[in-house]
Amino acid sequence: MAETMITAANLVKRFGDVTAVNNISFSVKKGEVFAFLGPNGAGKSTTIKMLTTLLQPTSGEITLSGFDVVTQQEEARKSFGIVFQDPSVDDELTAKENMWLHAVLYNVPKAEIDTRIKELLTLVELWDRRDSRVKTFSGGMKRRLEIARGLLHHPAVLFLDEPTIGLDTQTRNLLWDYVKSLNKTKHMTIFFTTHYLEEAENIAENIAIIDHGIIIAKGTTETLKKITKTKTLEAAYLKLTGKELRDEAANGTERLKLRYRARGGGIR
Amino acid sequence: MRVIYALWLRQIKRYSRARSRLVGAVGQPLLFLLALGYGLGSVFKRAGGGNYLHFLVPGIMAQTVLFSSMFFGINIIFDRQFGFLKETMVTPVSRLKIMLGSALGGATTSLAQGLLVFIISLFLGFRPYNWVMLLVVILILAMLATALTSFSSGVGAFVNDFQGFQAINQFLIFPLYFLSGALYPLTNAPTALRIIADVNPISYAVDALRAALINQSHYGYTKDFLVLGITMTILVLFGVYRFRRIEA
Repeated sequence: MAETMITAANLVKRFGDVTAVNNISFSVKKGEVFAFLGPNGAGKSTTIKMLTTLLQPTSGEITLSGFDVVTQQEEARKSFGIVFQDPSVDDELTAKENMWLHAVLYNVPKAEIDTRIKELLTLVELWDRRDSRVKTFSGGMKRRLEIARGLLHHPAVLFLDEPTIGLDTQTRNLLWDYVKSLNKTKHMTIFFTTHYLEEAENIAENIAIIDHGIIIAKGTTETLKKITKTKTLEAAYLKLTGKELRDEAANGTERLKLRYRARGGGIR
Repeated sequence: MRVIYALWLRQIKRYSRARSRLVGAVGQPLLFLLALGYGLGSVFKRAGGGNYLHFLVPGIMAQTVLFSSMFFGINIIFDRQFGFLKETMVTPVSRLKIMLGSALGGATTSLAQGLLVFIISLFLGFRPYNWVMLLVVILILAMLATALTSFSSGVGAFVNDFQGFQAINQFLIFPLYFLSGALYPLTNAPTALRIIADVNPISYAVDALRAALINQSHYGYTKDFLVLGITMTILVLFGVYRFRRIEA
């Protein structure tokens, strides 16, 4: 049995009356590539925020490489890197300055900072632009910088929250190739969310689908296709989550109505 | 320490790269010094108050630090809006260090602006009564700036829209400024005004600056530094407390 890297047990997050995440459990093994899928507003980002210590769960437990994210926050934080859904680099600083600041915040040994920064910026093809301010970068370049930054402290787990949103095909391919090689060579655990199901189909070993705050299906692409008797992951996904549109920022009552329907519909 | 330094440096770099901010930093106090200093100068003299410009310079220095420090919290809101706050929130660095590093960076730029006003005033004919006292001036400005940038960071940590932040700031800044004795002597002020000034910590910073620069004091150094020290401690604790409770 391989070592588990991420464990979430009976995780719940409520915002007032609204339950965004409703008693979910899953685990991710060390070195696994795990895709977390679901429609807008299903609870993906809330879950990622809890996994990465940005939000406190209402109840339930999370361990990250053996550390409890609530009680051993500092240790847990050291063990992961994250590429957020929205940009989180400082536009007024240069690429190199952003990297340096991150290295200091994560206490990367002084002697290694420069070599690591050069290595990573070269890898994401930004070394030539290292001294340009980030505000002059395109969306794709910023994303590449964020990825390089997320890897600077050699995390054991990398979280990618919709990393390819708004990127061109070339950049998307480069990103996934790179993520795959990290997973192979460094045995890095990858946890990602995406709306492009072919990405999940291509790279994820295991998949969980969340909807209305509940995990409605778990397993490999093959299992999911088998359960739903479909040929592609996308077809399986649509069969599981339905075809109706979702509002990302559904207000309280709407969300409650949805939740009510979800329970009444007996999806689980 | 390195973490605090790195976050401090970030604020300094951001500030020095925004040229327009520097223009504003010089422009406003210059306007105050010229308009009030020269405008009211003759009346002040006739009333027996002496040189108004000399009296005004410490007040305008305090004003500059007050305004720029109180607006520091907008950076926290910006960081939240543009995502950088999340980056710092997931790092293994304590919220205390994040808040202190950033606030000290903001305090440093505020202090620099306060000193810039001093330099400008030299061109307008201002002279301190003793140059050595400039060290005390720096200490006072640093304490005031640290107190207010910490407070403002704390406000920025729980107000997440710009308008709300502006509203709170306007509500606080103007009374703190106009009722501090920055523009007029408290000694002969009406009792009501004097009582309000007595509970306004900014009055003590202005008074200490005036004591250090033109050897004129209403409260005396001991009281000034005591109030400043206590205010700073409370406001830094407030900032740290609010910052700890941030959820991104």
